[in-house]
Amino acid sequence: MFKVFKAFVRKEFYHILRDKRTLLILFGMPVAQVLIFGFAVTNEFKNTEIDVLDYAKDTTSEQLINHIQSSGNFIVNAMLTSEQEMEDGFKAGESKLIVVIPENFSADFYANKRPEIQVITDGSDPNNANTLVQYITQMVNSFQTEKTTDATSPFQIQTATRMLYNPQLESAYNFVPGVVALILLIICAMLTSLTIAKEQEMGTMEVLLVSPLPPIIIIIGKVTPYAILSFGIALSVLLMGNIIFSVPIVGSFGLLMLMCLLYVITALSLGTLISTKSDTQQKAMMTSLMSLMMPSMLLSGFLFPMSSMPKILQWIGHIIPTKWFIDILKAVMLRGVGIDFILLEVGVLILMTVVLLFATWRSFKIRLE
Amino acid sequence: MGAITVEHISKSYGDIKALKDINFNVKSGELFGLIGPDGAGKSTLFRILTTLLLADSGNATVVGHDVVKEYKDIRKKVGYMPGKFSLYQDLSIEENLSFFATIFGTTIEENYDLVKDIYVQIEPFKKRLAGKLSGGMKQKLALCCALIHKPEVLFLDEPTTGVDAVSRKEFWDMLKSLKEKGIAILVSTPYMDEASLCDRIALIQEGKILSIDAPEKMISAFAKPLYAIKTNDIYETLLFLRKQSYTESALPFGEYIHLITREPMDKVEIEQQIKSENIEVEEVKAIKATVEDIFLDLSKTAETNN
Repeated sequence: MFKVFKAFVRKEFYHILRDKRTLLILFGMPVAQVLIFGFAVTNEFKNTEIDVLDYAKDTTSEQLINHIQSSGNFIVNAMLTSEQEMEDGFKAGESKLIVVIPENFSADFYANKRPEIQVITDGSDPNNANTLVQYITQMVNSFQTEKTTDATSPFQIQTATRMLYNPQLESAYNFVPGVVALILLIICAMLTSLTIAKEQEMGTMEVLLVSPLPPIIIIIGKVTPYAILSFGIALSVLLMGNIIFSVPIVGSFGLLMLMCLLYVITALSLGTLISTKSDTQQKAMMTSLMSLMMPSMLLSGFLFPMSSMPKILQWIGHIIPTKWFIDILKAVMLRGVGIDFILLEVGVLILMTVVLLFATWRSFKIRLE
Repeated sequence: MGAITVEHISKSYGDIKALKDINFNVKSGELFGLIGPDGAGKSTLFRILTTLLLADSGNATVVGHDVVKEYKDIRKKVGYMPGKFSLYQDLSIEENLSFFATIFGTTIEENYDLVKDIYVQIEPFKKRLAGKLSGGMKQKLALCCALIHKPEVLFLDEPTTGVDAVSRKEFWDMLKSLKEKGIAILVSTPYMDEASLCDRIALIQEGKILSIDAPEKMISAFAKPLYAIKTNDIYETLLFLRKQSYTESALPFGEYIHLITREPMDKVEIEQQIKSENIEVEEVKAIKATVEDIFLDLSKTAETNN
């Protein structure tokens, strides 16, 4: 029986190595995803152009403007002279934010009379606008603290913030676990459902069924190569994250791998389940994209925070295995916790896997219909 | 004990009755042909016998095993070549053959004598991918793969469809030599001219078997008078003949018309009749029926009975 299994795995590797599309998904996609999420899709920004409408035109206002630029996040695009010009920069797409400094800014500032400045942003891109406002508020606050320590002000509350586990707020800390989860899902679920559907479409499943092979060997033989490959790829994504974006692996490496194995089994049973429901590759592809990839990308909390979703989407998010796996990955990789802290997540994932395996076993056909 | 027995097998897909009360048996070492057009139900019957489909009613056994209860035993003992080419197109000839040998728990070397005659013909191309082979070579490879584990019964669903005339002849020669090794073979084909190469044939149409017998017996049992007529205008001749009271059927066969009459007639008389319509007659002769004549005659009777 082991010989048969070996022959099956070898055959499957021939299929993979001879099909350009599979190779591209296997090796091109992980690299592309890491690089895209790492360099292109980032919430950090540098050198955002802003406009300034300075009615005060004195030393203090100039110091404020310099201070804002000093972080490297902002760069002044134009000094405006009147309110009429304000929208020009937005419309031309040149600036993203306007700072308006009132005439009596310095007077209020030194008289401790709550000086006010106005910040106007381009709300057509709300996420970006929000982040910009946060950054500029921070800069203004720090300007104030800097100034008021010179002068004496008894009523200052100093906020000392510290971002635990990700002190620099690097987005790589978020996307590396996400990419690992997605890649494992794509390879284990989508590719296996495709390869089993291909046997059905090409009619080779018919010949395999009329052979002494137990169906379970057919399935295990087909999924094993993908499990091995996806494991290797998950490892290299972790490695890339570590080397290129210095995302650490704080927790136990063995526990991490064990969790990957659990998730691989979940994904494989999902893929097999999809293939038993689809007789063509196209159907398998559409089903995996619609029912796995889309929800896993959008609803698992990988791209958008779950807490800001409507209740119903949160519920859907909770039945997506990817959500639980990302939680586990973040806990083990970044927070370095042991198994006792992630019992709930692991339990949910195991329960899901058992249900899926049972469903797959029930729907696997020993005949053609 | 027969290699295959089929008793009252029926199968429907929704409202369509694919098989209606099929009965026949195949002895071991017999080459049994299932002859019928596309859509007659041949592939459905093959799939029921190879345990891939369940019949709605009736029983069937293959090498003594029930196709439903003992499907596992059957899957060890039969070779199956589906109607559609069903090998791995991205694997070479050698890889395909050795894969199928392994999953049946054997090796190419162990059963080489059985496939040798066929394999030597495709061996020069053994490194070529199966998807890049010609139709005839594909079928030879598929036959090798179906044979590699020394099956007791061989199921070949339209093995010669889409294959050139020379390869078709070679293929049938191979079947003959396999039969001599004691393997029972159930083969289906839409080509009537291949029927005479079988030991026995079943004519099947719209899920019903019209007749089962040895082809030569079937031919000699055909008692109706049959004439082949060649004229310069086939269409006009057909129209004329079909209006005549003595005509039972008149059908075009290549450049000839095959005429079945109700009573035996003199061929000179037929010739004269057609000539009176200003049609030039080249030849009128009494002929022996072919399987195709019998098939068409039977299917016509079956239609009028419905």
